[in-house]
Amino acid sequence: MLLKLAWRNIWRNRNRSLITMSAIASAVLLAVATVSLQQGVWGHLIKNLVSLYTGYAQVHAKGYWEEQTLENSFEIDKAVEQQVAGTAGVNAIAHRLESFALASSGDKTRGCLVVGINPSEEERLTQLSQKIQSGHMLKSDQDGALVAEGLAEKLDLKLGDTLVLLTQSFYGSTAAMKTPIRGLLHFGSPDLNNQIAYIPINRAQYWLDASGRATSLVVGLERPENLPAVARSLKNSLPKTFEALTWKEMMPEINQHIEADSAGMYIMLGVLYLLIAFGIFSTLLMMLAERQREFGMLNALGMQPWSIARVVLAETVFLTLCGSLAGLLLSYPLVWYLAEHPIQLGGDMAEIYAKFGFEAIFPATIKAKIFIDQTLVVLIVGLVLAIYPVWRVLRLNAVEAMRH
Amino acid sequence: MQTVIDAHNISKVYNPDTIPVHAVNNVHLHLNRGEFTALVGPSGSGKTTLLNIIGGLDAPSEGQVVINGVDISNLKPNQLIDFRLHNIGFVFQAFNLIPVLTASENVEFIMLLQKKPKAERNKRVQELLASVGLSDKLDARPNQLSGGQQQRVAVARALASRPQFILADEPTANLDSHSAATLLDIMEKMNREEDVTFLFSTHDQRVIDRARRVITLVDGRIESDSAETQIKH
Ligand SMILES: Nc1ncnc2c1ncn2[C@@H]1O[C@H](COP(=O)(O)OP(=O)(O)O)[C@@H](O)[C@H]1O
Ligand SMILES: [Mg+2]
Repeated sequence: MLLKLAWRNIWRNRNRSLITMSAIASAVLLAVATVSLQQGVWGHLIKNLVSLYTGYAQVHAKGYWEEQTLENSFEIDKAVEQQVAGTAGVNAIAHRLESFALASSGDKTRGCLVVGINPSEEERLTQLSQKIQSGHMLKSDQDGALVAEGLAEKLDLKLGDTLVLLTQSFYGSTAAMKTPIRGLLHFGSPDLNNQIAYIPINRAQYWLDASGRATSLVVGLERPENLPAVARSLKNSLPKTFEALTWKEMMPEINQHIEADSAGMYIMLGVLYLLIAFGIFSTLLMMLAERQREFGMLNALGMQPWSIARVVLAETVFLTLCGSLAGLLLSYPLVWYLAEHPIQLGGDMAEIYAKFGFEAIFPATIKAKIFIDQTLVVLIVGLVLAIYPVWRVLRLNAVEAMRH
Repeated sequence: MQTVIDAHNISKVYNPDTIPVHAVNNVHLHLNRGEFTALVGPSGSGKTTLLNIIGGLDAPSEGQVVINGVDISNLKPNQLIDFRLHNIGFVFQAFNLIPVLTASENVEFIMLLQKKPKAERNKRVQELLASVGLSDKLDARPNQLSGGQQQRVAVARALASRPQFILADEPTANLDSHSAATLLDIMEKMNREEDVTFLFSTHDQRVIDRARRVITLVDGRIESDSAETQIKH
């Protein structure tokens, strides 16, 4: 009966309740859409970014990321490999042996990054073959190199030409290699496009006199949300001679940028909820004022103030819940639409994105958590606001209240 | 004769520190079971104040109210609320009913607070609304009822809790004379049939004429009490 009472009381002033509910609904709609879009956009960007090269996380010998030299490479260890591959949430791993080298052809010389890879592992992790402009993918048991277009251009090299690589081996002696170019790669990122070359990892090991060694073990994830858990478990379980770094630690500037952007968004949402809070509060105040006499009468009859307060509380919950549920019902199709039909940008933004080889599209993400969070926020706002009317009801004086 | 209300030496002073108003002065009041008593006096004579004190809604500045042997000034606030729920029925001058509940729900509500079982509640709601002549208005909301009908629902509700007595503060003040007479008929019938004690205030002569005992208040003092006059005569 108390719930029935609360429910009917909401509809006592139908227009006021409907206005309050629609304000709440639009706030929830706006918040859910904004958060979904923001998370979707960044998620999309991160996915693009990490699948370009770094992966979501990497395992190195301790100190490698600070000082990227062969001395900081590690011996490939089946046990470690299995441990990383077997970590819950990890869906792909790839060993790499990286070294800076001088690439030359005729009288032209360029610094470059040579990456020894296991072609099939790398394919699973970064879809390398999709970046091939001409030629074909490496085979692990065959000599050959995949060279980024920019680098090839600077060296005046074409498909099928021979690439000469020169560097210092693991033991410090000079290491030279000649290898045919099997394919040309296109990278959106100028950094990568102007300096990267891939060769099979076993050839790299032979060339660098680093048999059985790698500089990094790249980790791919089934779901990006699992990154914190995977990172935690890797950091805890790997031998002390290893380090496990997430993309956030490897590319802190990008992470900071995302966090600053999120902070901005949450401030905006905070302001939005503040406005809504004022709306809800004024409704509660009006309701309280016009029902003084009724509350006094109920208390006189023998209803404990706490029971009356529960009715008021239930009314607040109904009001905010109806509003936020309506908001959810409206926001689901909107978010779904934005996920299926991402916003597409043109102009400067599109150009910046294109430079990195990304499409300037902004898909929303559909996550139950976003919907639930926003509903909870509104509900909590409502409950906090209800403290005042509840407090007033609890110190109600029947005679005084009935004189109103 | 069983004593229901025993009020001793009741005084009430409002604003004792600024401009003191002596609303009730040294009143003694004794009510037995089954009485049908009117508290009469001009506006401002202290009727509402006295009824509120007897009903445990307001504390006297001095004196003691004993109801059915319980000194209600000794009760803690929440005990007092519970005591009202189980012992006292209230009918106010206006705004008696919960606007969003129907007539039958309004009557049922008080029994719900008393945690009476559903079957008993339903039966009593039907009975009471029938005896106040509102069997056809069970599902009407207060705003669909006339003032007189609303007061009859309030009387039914006051009876529903099976109280020791019913306090009614000017229950007919907002009613036309026909509705007032009907309400008094119902109150009298209930007083007879259910043996409920009524104490009601009024300044309407037609209502006063219906009372079996009349207590007259002037300036917060009891000026006359027909019970005492009868004994004297
Ligand atoms: N809360 C209050 N504060 C101050 N004075 C009051 C208050 N309530 C009633 N009074 C005064 O007490 C006196 C008695 O009032 P009341 O009991 O309402 O009389 P009645 O019900 O007979 O009209 C009046 O003079 C009234 O102005
Ligand atoms: Mg009065």
